[in-house]
Amino acid sequence: MEEDRKKAHPALTRRHFLAAVGAGAATVVASSHLAAGASTKARVMEPTEMTKIRLRINGRTHRLLVEPRWSLLFVLRERLGLTAVKSGCERGECGACTVLVNDVPRYACMMLAVEMQGADIITLEGLMNGEKLGHVQQAFLEHDAFQCGYCTPGQIVAVEGLLRRNPDPSNDEIRKGVSGNLCRCGAYTHIFQAVERAAQLKRGQR
Amino acid sequence: MKQEEKGVYYTEGLFVPETPTPGKAPKPWGETAVIGKSRPRVDAYERVSGSAVYPSDFSLPHMLHGAVLRCPHPHAKVRKLDTSKAEKMPGVHGLISGATREADVYWPYSKDVKTKLFDSICRFEGEAVAAVAAETPYQVWDAVEAIQVEYDVFPFIVDEKKALRSGAPQVHGAGNLVKPKETYSRGDVQEGFAQADVMREESYRTECEVHTPMELHGCVAYWDGDLLVIHESTQGVYAVQSKVAQVLGLPLSKVRVIGHYLGGGFGSKLQPGKYTVIAALLAGKTGRAVKLFVTREETYLCTGNRPPANMTLKAGVKKDGTLTALEFSVLGTGGAYPAGGTSLVDWLIKDLYTCPHVRTEATDVYINAGPARPFRAPGHPQGSWALEQMLDALAEAIDMDPVELRLKNIPAYSQARPGTPAYTTTGLKECLEEGARAFRWEERRKEIENSGKNGSLRRGVGMAGCLWIAGGGGPPSTVIVKLFSDGSVNLNMGASDIGTGTKTVMAMVVAEELGIRTEMIQIEHADTGTTQYATPSGGSKTVPTEAPAVRSAAIHVKQQLLRMAADDLGMDVSGLHFKGNEITADSDPPKKIKIREISGLKKQGVVVGVGYRGPNPEGKVVNPFAAQFCEVEVNTETGEVRILDLLGTNESGRVMDRLTYNNQVHGGITMGIGFAMTEVRVLDAHGTGKMVNRNWHDYKLPTALDVPPHMEAVPIELPDPEANNTGAKGLGEPVTIPTGAAIANAVYHATGVRVTQTPLNPTRLSLIFSERLKER
Repeated sequence: MEEDRKKAHPALTRRHFLAAVGAGAATVVASSHLAAGASTKARVMEPTEMTKIRLRINGRTHRLLVEPRWSLLFVLRERLGLTAVKSGCERGECGACTVLVNDVPRYACMMLAVEMQGADIITLEGLMNGEKLGHVQQAFLEHDAFQCGYCTPGQIVAVEGLLRRNPDPSNDEIRKGVSGNLCRCGAYTHIFQAVERAAQLKRGQR
Repeated sequence: MKQEEKGVYYTEGLFVPETPTPGKAPKPWGETAVIGKSRPRVDAYERVSGSAVYPSDFSLPHMLHGAVLRCPHPHAKVRKLDTSKAEKMPGVHGLISGATREADVYWPYSKDVKTKLFDSICRFEGEAVAAVAAETPYQVWDAVEAIQVEYDVFPFIVDEKKALRSGAPQVHGAGNLVKPKETYSRGDVQEGFAQADVMREESYRTECEVHTPMELHGCVAYWDGDLLVIHESTQGVYAVQSKVAQVLGLPLSKVRVIGHYLGGGFGSKLQPGKYTVIAALLAGKTGRAVKLFVTREETYLCTGNRPPANMTLKAGVKKDGTLTALEFSVLGTGGAYPAGGTSLVDWLIKDLYTCPHVRTEATDVYINAGPARPFRAPGHPQGSWALEQMLDALAEAIDMDPVELRLKNIPAYSQARPGTPAYTTTGLKECLEEGARAFRWEERRKEIENSGKNGSLRRGVGMAGCLWIAGGGGPPSTVIVKLFSDGSVNLNMGASDIGTGTKTVMAMVVAEELGIRTEMIQIEHADTGTTQYATPSGGSKTVPTEAPAVRSAAIHVKQQLLRMAADDLGMDVSGLHFKGNEITADSDPPKKIKIREISGLKKQGVVVGVGYRGPNPEGKVVNPFAAQFCEVEVNTETGEVRILDLLGTNESGRVMDRLTYNNQVHGGITMGIGFAMTEVRVLDAHGTGKMVNRNWHDYKLPTALDVPPHMEAVPIELPDPEANNTGAKGLGEPVTIPTGAAIANAVYHATGVRVTQTPLNPTRLSLIFSERLKER
C-alpha cells in the first residue's frame, strides 16, 4: 500500500520528507536556478513538485508532467523515448545530446525541460523524412563519418544547425561547427567530408 | 593462444572453451568482387537515423535506475554505514551494501585476488560502497547522497615512483610490488655496448590515459524467471557472461548477455564491471529491470586506464646503423589491484628491430588508484614513445636518415619469442619505404633543413615504425551461415561490432563467397543466448578471427548446395560451379540451376553452414606492421604545436573495406594525438590523493580542431596466405602505436627540443623554451 501511495503521489511523499529533514542541497540549487530565470514574483517550485508543461518536439506538441529539475535530455530520452539524443557526460562537455532549439544546436543536458516551453526542439529523429534519411544523415552514411556511432546523432544535429545558418561553410567553419561535439573514435576527417557532401545535397546536387 | 600473447589482454582467469576442430582450410581469394571495395556500413542507416538501440538506450516497463555510492577517499575503511534514511526516500525500491545478504559475493580483481563486492576496505577513490535502485535517476542520486558513511581514512600512495620507498603507505599491507621484477635478456648488453660506436641513454615518461568511450559503462539487467538477462555496453558478450556467472555462481546457460551496439570501448569494455553484477543484484532484489550506467566522472575512476610508464632506455649503434644493444627498464602501475601495470611496455624494444643484445626489466607496483584495463595496444604506445625517440636520436648521432636507420634493422623473425619463429610477412620495410615515398620524406626533410631556423614558427618532420604483438587472430570462433530458400542469408556470430565495422566486413565476406548483395544478409550477433561463441572484440583480432570462420561457414553452405544441385542435374559434384545466384555445370550442352530452384533446399527450407576458425600456422607469427610520418609547425613563443600532415602506412594484410579502413587509420592517429599531446590523469599526490580532472573539460580529448588538416592512409597489401583463409590481419591497434613518437620526433626536428614526457602540450613546451632562453 505504501508503494502504491508513493507511486500515485511521489511529490507529496517527497515534500513530507523534506519538511522533516529541512531543505537539502539539491533543493537549494534547483530553486535558486529557477528563481534566477523567473520574475521575482514567481513562485519558487520544489525540485520534486510535478508540473505540467508543453514541449514542441519534432513538430508535435507533447503535454508532460515533469519535475522542474528534470533536464531536457532526461525527458527526451527516458520519458519520450527519443533515444537518439545520447547521454555522454550530462555536464555540457561532449555534445552527444545536441538538439536544435529554434534552429540553434544546444546541449540538451544543460537545459531544464520546464525552461523549454515555447521553443521549437528538433532531435535527430526529427531530421528524417519518414523512413528516408535527411541530407546530413545521408552524407554521414556515404562518407562513413562515424565508427561506434554514439556521438553521431549529436554530430549530425550540430551539422544541421551549422548548415541552416551557413549553407556553404569553409573548412574552418566546418571544424568550428562540430568542435563542440567529441568523437572518441576520431572520425573527424570523415565528418568534415560528410559536411561538405551534406551541403551539396541540401543545394540539390547529387 | 601463444604463451607470450597471454598477457596481451589480461585474460587471466577468463574461461575459454576448447577450440573446435577446424575444417579443411580453403585457399585464399584471388581477385575479389566485394572485398577490398569502399562500402558504407551495413548498419549505417540504424546508426545515423537514431534507430540503433544502444544498451544505454534500452528501456523496459517499470524499469528502475541504479546508482553506486563510491568511496571518496583513495584509501579508507568503511567504519559505519547508515542506509536507513536512503531506504525511505521517495521512489527507492532497493539498496544493497556490504551489510545486505544479496550482495554477499566476491569480486575477482584477478585470478588470485578477490574481495567482497562491497568490501569494507576501499583501496582506490571510486571503489563501490553501496548501491540503490529507484524510479528515476534523480531519485536514485538523492538516495545515494542520503547514505551516511563514516570512514577511517588511511594514508595513501598515488605516485607510483614513490611506491617502493621505505615508509610508503601500503596498498595491500605487504609491500607495493605486484610481483617480482620481470626481466628479459638475450645476448649480453655489456658486450653490445662495447661494440657500439655511439651510445645514448634517456629517461621517458608517458602519462596515464583514460579510455572515456562516448557511451558510459553499464547495463540494463533483469531476471526472466531464473534467467538473468543483461544488455551490456560491451566488446564481448561471452566474456561478460563468464565473469557474471562466476561471481553469482550461476550456470552459463542462466546468464544471457546481449550487446548489439556499443558506444566505444577501446579495451575498457572487454570485461564486465562491478556495476554489471550490482545491476543484476538490484534487479533480483526489486523484481524489476534495473538500468545502471555509471556517470562520466566515475569512468575516470573505476573503469580502467592505460597505466603510466616511467622508462629508461640505453642504446648502442654502430656508425653503419647496426643496432648493437638495447637496455630498457619500466616502472608502472595498474592501480590498486593486479591489472598489468607494465604489460607489454617492453615488447617493441625486444621485437621490433634487429638487435642481438637486449635486456629489459619491468616493475609493476600498486598505488591507491583505480585498476587499469587493457587500452588499445596495451603497452605499445608507451614503449614506442621511448624506442622511436631513441632511434631518432641515434640516427642524428651517426648522421643517418631516421628511415634509413630503421631499414638497416628490419627483423627477419620474431627475436623475442622462444625459438625465434619467422613472421608470415614482415611488412615493416615496405611500410617505411612506401610511407617515405608517399610522404616525400627526404624532400620535405631537406626543404625544411635548407629553409633555416628563423622566427618563432618552426616546421619539422618526424616518423616512427611499429608492430603489434597480436593482430593475427586465432581460434576459437564458431559462425553459422543460414541460407533461406530464396537465397537470402542469415549470418549468426557472437562477435561484437565495436565501431570498427565488423558486421560490414563479415557481410562482405558472405557476399563475396555466395555472390549475393550485402542487403540480402541479416546479421544476428553478440548475444550469448542465440549466437555462437566468440572471444571479445579486441586485440585487433576480430577480422582475422571471425572473417575466416564466416568464410568457412559460407563455403560449407556452398558445398551442401552443390551436392543438392548435383542430384537435381544428375551430375557429379566435381563438374559443378557456384556462379552468383546459380550453379552451372561443365557439360555439353551447359546445364544450370538457380539456387532457389534446388529441390533439396526447397525440401529443407534452409541450408545451414557451420564455420570454425582454424589454427594459425605452426611455428610462425602473424603480426601487423606500420609506420607513420608527420609534419608539424611549432610556435616557439607559445609552445603550440600544429600537426599539418600525418600519413600512416599499415601492413595489415588484405584490406577488407577500404572505407572503414581509412576511418580506422584516421581514428587511431587521432587517439595517438590525444595520448601524446592532451591526455593526462592528474592525481593530487600531495593533498587528497584524489583525481582532480575527472571530466572532459579538464581531461582533454582531441576535438575537431586538433586533428591535422591532412591525413592519409596508405595500405601495404602484402599477400599473406599463411595468416588465414582471408589474408586479413588486425588494424585497429597498430594505427595508434607510432603516432606519439612520430609527433615528438617532428617537434625535435623543428626545434631541437626533445620532449621525453607526455603530454607534449604548450605548457610543457613553453617552459622548455623559456629555460633554453635563460641558458643563453
